[in-house]
Amino acid sequence: MSTREPRWLRWTLIVVALAFLIVNLALPLAAVFAGAFAKGLAAYRTAIVEHDAVAAMKLTLTVAAIAVPLNIVFGVAASWAVAKFDFPGKSILISLIDLPLSVSPVVSGLIYVLLFGLQGWGGEWLRDHDIKLIFAVPGIVLATMFVTFPFVARELIPLMLEQGRTDEEAARSLGASGWQTFARVTLPNIRWGLLYGVLLCNARAMGEFGAVSVVSGHIRGLTNTLPLHIEILYNEYNYVAAFAVASLLAGLALVTLVAKSALEWRFGDQIAGGGH
Amino acid sequence: MGFTVFYLCVVVLIPLSAIFIKTAGLGFDQFIAVALSRRALLAYRLSFGAAAVAAAINSVFGLLVAWVLVRYDFAGKRIVSALVDLPFALPTAVAGIALTALYAPTGWIGGLLPVKVAFEPLGVVVALTFIGLPFVVRTVEPVLADLGHDVEEAAASLGAGRRQTFTRVILPAVAPALVTGFALAFARGVGEYGSVIFIAGNLPYRSEIAPLLIVQQLEQYNYAGATAIAATMLTASFAVLLAINLLQAWDRRRMAAL
Amino acid sequence: MRAIIGLGLLLSIFAMTAPLHAASGASSTTILNVSYDPTRELYKDIDAAFAAQWKAQTAGSIVINQSHGGSGKQARSVIDGLEADVVTLALAYDIDEIADKAKLLPATWQKRLPNNSTPYYSTIVFLVRKGNPKGIHDWNDLVKPGVAVITPNPKSSGGARWNYLAAWGYATKTYGAAKAQDFVTKLYHNVPVLDSGARGSTTTFVQRGQGDVLLAWENEAYLATHEAGGDAFEIITPSVSILAEPPVAIVDKNVAKHGTATVAEAYLRFLYTPQGQEIVAKDFYRPRDPVVAAKYAAQFKPLQMFTIDRNFGGWQRAQKAHFADGGIFDQIFASAKN
Repeated sequence: MSTREPRWLRWTLIVVALAFLIVNLALPLAAVFAGAFAKGLAAYRTAIVEHDAVAAMKLTLTVAAIAVPLNIVFGVAASWAVAKFDFPGKSILISLIDLPLSVSPVVSGLIYVLLFGLQGWGGEWLRDHDIKLIFAVPGIVLATMFVTFPFVARELIPLMLEQGRTDEEAARSLGASGWQTFARVTLPNIRWGLLYGVLLCNARAMGEFGAVSVVSGHIRGLTNTLPLHIEILYNEYNYVAAFAVASLLAGLALVTLVAKSALEWRFGDQIAGGGH
Repeated sequence: MGFTVFYLCVVVLIPLSAIFIKTAGLGFDQFIAVALSRRALLAYRLSFGAAAVAAAINSVFGLLVAWVLVRYDFAGKRIVSALVDLPFALPTAVAGIALTALYAPTGWIGGLLPVKVAFEPLGVVVALTFIGLPFVVRTVEPVLADLGHDVEEAAASLGAGRRQTFTRVILPAVAPALVTGFALAFARGVGEYGSVIFIAGNLPYRSEIAPLLIVQQLEQYNYAGATAIAATMLTASFAVLLAINLLQAWDRRRMAAL
Repeated sequence: MRAIIGLGLLLSIFAMTAPLHAASGASSTTILNVSYDPTRELYKDIDAAFAAQWKAQTAGSIVINQSHGGSGKQARSVIDGLEADVVTLALAYDIDEIADKAKLLPATWQKRLPNNSTPYYSTIVFLVRKGNPKGIHDWNDLVKPGVAVITPNPKSSGGARWNYLAAWGYATKTYGAAKAQDFVTKLYHNVPVLDSGARGSTTTFVQRGQGDVLLAWENEAYLATHEAGGDAFEIITPSVSILAEPPVAIVDKNVAKHGTATVAEAYLRFLYTPQGQEIVAKDFYRPRDPVVAAKYAAQFKPLQMFTIDRNFGGWQRAQKAHFADGGIFDQIFASAKN
């Protein structure tokens, strides 16, 4: 009985939360769509089926498809290490995982230029062997990985800490191997946190602008991701097309979220039965 | 464990070390002149201050949003949940342009407000609040979802009121996640560039953020100057993050000891 | 768990259906033109026209890749290894830096093509609101109290350095060199928003309704009014302004590596042909060719122009005196806060 709030409080909380979200999130989104359709549906269509826009979209999806899985593997490993083992310097490790977030996007691109640029340390060697890292797709992937690095790990660490080690210890005492424990006990426990982490990581990987902008070279149709394409459109005063492509990117993010909702619905019974 | 450290080194530490090595190429006097000038200090104050204010706002509202999303059912909940991730998916520049459009004196919101938001330091806070919200919501959400009703029922059966249950049972349980969310939102805000430059006004000594100074150094082809400011910011951010994480570790130990 | 795998699968399918960029066919030559921001339309037309002409003359097909971004940033990319065959940037200072820092082309690059290697030029003009409510006609109107001027920060935007120097040149000419700093200081005290780039400033002025006058390149002022629908703004050409020369150059070491020297040279020379000049004028840059210029005389009002070389001793000196750390521009704002 008293684990529920009274009705009036519940609705007040919902209304306040929704009001905040509307002002902070929905209105900016509405502004983007208003800009996108400012010149009607035809102009919108032209902008998003244009050759460069399509190429940029393919590149963006490719980059996310490489960077996100790698960061998932790392994120699970790192949070496992942090939550299930004790070792000195743990706080330092966690802080280091957070660090890419606080690095200005401008700088996170710059570091790869300092490393692999022609004036950098590895640049001449790379050029002599005709390996293109920066100003090509690999550089974009690297920069994206750096920027999205913390998301999965940071989602999982508080969750795994909150859950403690008892489930795993019980499994181990029943004779499960380390891998079995992980697959049968840990993973089901953390799957929602993991899913959120992946969604954040993916959304950020597709939307990243600053870091990618430094290492991409901005070659139209070749190394322009969607966010970079938007910037170019904007810079040539083509506001409608810029907002149209931006709404497309927002739409892409929504696709992953719809996928998430579908999964929630499909596996809803398992979720209700799982957890603690 | 070994893998964690290896990956961390390859993806984060080695690239970041480039910043410090490049900075070391500057003389000490030059470093002071670039990274610790009065103008730079004011820019740090704005970047760190606005990030802290925005992260605090997000902690309050982020917790509220997460609570509502986890605990209550209402029409359109899925859509609301999807909306939360928007600041990540939208390129920062687009977010900046959209926010400026809203908060400029001619915009939908700016026209209603008595104070000037866009092109003032306040605009920086608005942009960073937008950027940081998903961090808090998405960090708190899984912990809240994981926190079963059984604990609350136990508290209630022991005679705790709803408010007591919240402050004594729920809040302590989500506190680590909340602090993490704050730290992430803060860290992200400090370095943010794309969305802020459109709304900040960028007047030196007044509404100029630190990452903009980095860009200005780069425009002068002064890579070492740029990395000097970057290194200063990085060290300060790392100190703040470390302090928060140490505080949490200490808190966990204290709780475990009880 | 299955949720994650499903999502992963979804993404991989996306990845596989996205063909990685097919290399251009073996028979065709590819060159990369690294250019600055608002030249996409211009080079879209130029590239198509040149490719057609090249095909007619040599039967070889050519693919021209374009890269656009802030001028300084683009130059840094080339310095750091972006393999541009030709660069077409906003100011000679940026190409000087490529020559100086990366030694990819000789320091004398600007002498190699006609007209200081600038096949087209522009100048700094004013954009005001319809009807010119504040009565702005020349530079001295900008320092009047109550006039809000929108211009980007010359420290973060290469293009904005022309705006600053244009004001400085006017003040030197009108009030003498000793008063120039005072004039420019007054002007920048009238700036309420200092965007980081030209586009930011244009948006602030056009879409956000900030300020009474926007300082802009003439071609960008035309682009902006075109986009905004034409009759909400007026372009005011001042009595005197700066000759803004966006230069072009072949990047010697890169064309040597790619074996594209002939094509690159022909490509840049094409900009000087009547056909190239026609495209240039259509995209709001002032053409060098007198015949084409006469044809578009209505679009480009005549005005007196001073140059960066004659009045400021070249980009290197101007950069050092005005825009370096602690330079005159920094002093303007150091005094502004008191």
